[in-house]
Amino acid sequence: MKWLAAAALVAALSVGAQAVPSAGVSVAAITADGYPATLSEYGFFTDGARQVPAPGVTPYRVQTPLWSDGADKLRFVYVPGGQKARAQGDGLIDLPVGSALVKTFKMGGKLIETRVLLHRADGWVGLPYLWNSEQTEARLVLAGARLPLTTPDGQAIDYAVPNKNQCKECHVAGDAFTPIGPKARNLSADWLAAFHKAGKLDAVPAVARRVPLWEDRATVPVADAARGWLDANCAHCHKADGAASNSGLYLGWEVTDRAALGIGKRPVAAGRGAGNLDFDVVPGDPDHSILTYRMASLEGGVAMPELGRASVDPAGQAIVRAWIAAMR
Amino acid sequence: MRMPTALFAAASACALAAPLHAKTLEVAAGDGAQARLQEALILARPGDVVQLGAGRFALTDGLSLDVKGVTVRGMGMDATVLDFTGQKGAGEGLLVTSDDVTLREFAVENARGDGIKSKGADNIVYYRVRVTWTGGPNEKNGAYGIYPVSSTGVLVDGCKVSGASDAGIYVGQSKAITVRYNYVENNVAGIEIENSRDALVTGNLVTRNTGGILVFDLPNLPVMGGGNTVIEGNSVIDNDTPNFAPKGNIVAGVPRGTGIMVMANDGVTVIGNTLTNHATAHITVVAYPRSYEDQRYNPYPRNISLGYNTYIGGGDAPDFPGGAQLAKAFGGSLPPVMWDGLGGAQALLPNADVKVLNLNLPSQGANPTLAKPAVLEFASPPMIVVPGNVGAPAALEARITR
Repeated sequence: MKWLAAAALVAALSVGAQAVPSAGVSVAAITADGYPATLSEYGFFTDGARQVPAPGVTPYRVQTPLWSDGADKLRFVYVPGGQKARAQGDGLIDLPVGSALVKTFKMGGKLIETRVLLHRADGWVGLPYLWNSEQTEARLVLAGARLPLTTPDGQAIDYAVPNKNQCKECHVAGDAFTPIGPKARNLSADWLAAFHKAGKLDAVPAVARRVPLWEDRATVPVADAARGWLDANCAHCHKADGAASNSGLYLGWEVTDRAALGIGKRPVAAGRGAGNLDFDVVPGDPDHSILTYRMASLEGGVAMPELGRASVDPAGQAIVRAWIAAMR
Repeated sequence: MRMPTALFAAASACALAAPLHAKTLEVAAGDGAQARLQEALILARPGDVVQLGAGRFALTDGLSLDVKGVTVRGMGMDATVLDFTGQKGAGEGLLVTSDDVTLREFAVENARGDGIKSKGADNIVYYRVRVTWTGGPNEKNGAYGIYPVSSTGVLVDGCKVSGASDAGIYVGQSKAITVRYNYVENNVAGIEIENSRDALVTGNLVTRNTGGILVFDLPNLPVMGGGNTVIEGNSVIDNDTPNFAPKGNIVAGVPRGTGIMVMANDGVTVIGNTLTNHATAHITVVAYPRSYEDQRYNPYPRNISLGYNTYIGGGDAPDFPGGAQLAKAFGGSLPPVMWDGLGGAQALLPNADVKVLNLNLPSQGANPTLAKPAVLEFASPPMIVVPGNVGAPAALEARITR
């Protein structure tokens, strides 16, 4: 016990050496090799069950989120004491080694899972943690899990917690593991300013065209709302250095090429995912667009996104259909 | 102690191939197979072998491997079966995203999407792997059986694929490829090489598909300019299964009874194959037939070299509108080779006595009803075309012992 206490003291001192008070967060758990077996080992929360973040752990939200069976998602970012993230234009904010992104999924008032992205010296690692029914601890599920849940819409689903490799399938850019959500264009100006003011971000990045707030989708131009949804839900794979690069279908916010966006583009390796349709997007005709067909499917091999949902996103479906319907 | 140079070299070669700490992770079939197998695939280190026991692994989700240099090995393509009949999610049965992986001696059955996909996975070996949709041809089957894409260095050897609703073995946007000694049956396309270069397709038995072997290049893809490919010494027999591909996919347009089809490639050699009973044509050479917008893309076939092949039967029931009348007009059967007439003088380079039906289409994308069919006869070889280097790197072959 004495030895453990001494080790803890040393750890505290090594963080303290950077002249910032130690948070409850264990930088060692974030940066050391290996996979901590429980979420509490990181110390991200002072009260895990109520998701009360520890000092130094900052909540955030994205403008338009990835839809996950209607789960509420609580997002947090941790930057080690004395360090700053770097703004990179309207793209991802560059979080230093030792940083972590934490996302908790909540459904029906219960915590389901918490996914952590850890920035280690040799790159990012993503790990999934499944909450116990007592809501006292979340345990590592390297191989993922399936559990029966009821969505907020009342649908009974077989909810999938991703395995460690599946984390990477979405979080890959070229050969590197990378965060997806905290791009400056998908964060509010107010939050970025506050994060900067708190000393966690070197500058407030200039954002020429911000992704609209999802709640504003009825009042912003439909193309912006739809492209924001596609960016958040599809573009992590459907980009030139993503898992779906070979499709040639690129759905990021910044893409302008019509063929890359699927307009008049024929499927390549879609198989029955093409649903007997000829083009990814047929302007004015959502019913004959493969994009909406696959968004509406729940069948493995057809459904898109391939991972992370066991039900259809009705609002996302509506906005993408409206975008295609209005398209010339 | 002095180590002889040769021995030292051999020892260091071994060290490169299999790190000293390499271990074998054994996974048996039975309860919890999904989690146990997926965990082994995650925890494996470079050089490790994930050894699958005999039996049927009942899987509920896709599996994936993202560790370099791992071998996944079963007890044989009939003894070890990864059964995805109860699969709930993911786009394929097994996904590989790391380099230098060897997959050998196991089967994948009834995957919801593709059977085994390897993407951006250089130097991959598929050896004696079986991918089967057990209900036979059905448009609800997954698209591809064995599906390496966006990779350099691919060896598919001794595998067996049936039931794929697109292609049994599909290699896309890749280079340095060998597909040999495989048995592909009852797929829409038996083997398809698409937007790829430096491929060798040899010694395969390709039968009862809609089309046997396809070599395609398509527009609007990150990798284009397919070519420098050799199709040699294959048995392409009775590919007469009605096309069951979902509409919208390019292979849905492949006529039943097609032996080998080359579309919009540069430098494909077809030689020494035996082609039997293809009711449409033993060999078809065509331009990309659809409209497209892509300035980087060349839709025409170029330098397609036809060497000595053995043609038996065929051409007697062409599967396209007006096909029956056309066959009748040519005395009951069409010549063994069909060309749409596009691509100019450098499109076809026949190096053997062969009759070609030239459809004489007026332009790329023209309606087939505008065809003015005529027979071209090539009597003496105008030139011999020797293909450049094709095939997977020798190091891949060295990984498999027969």
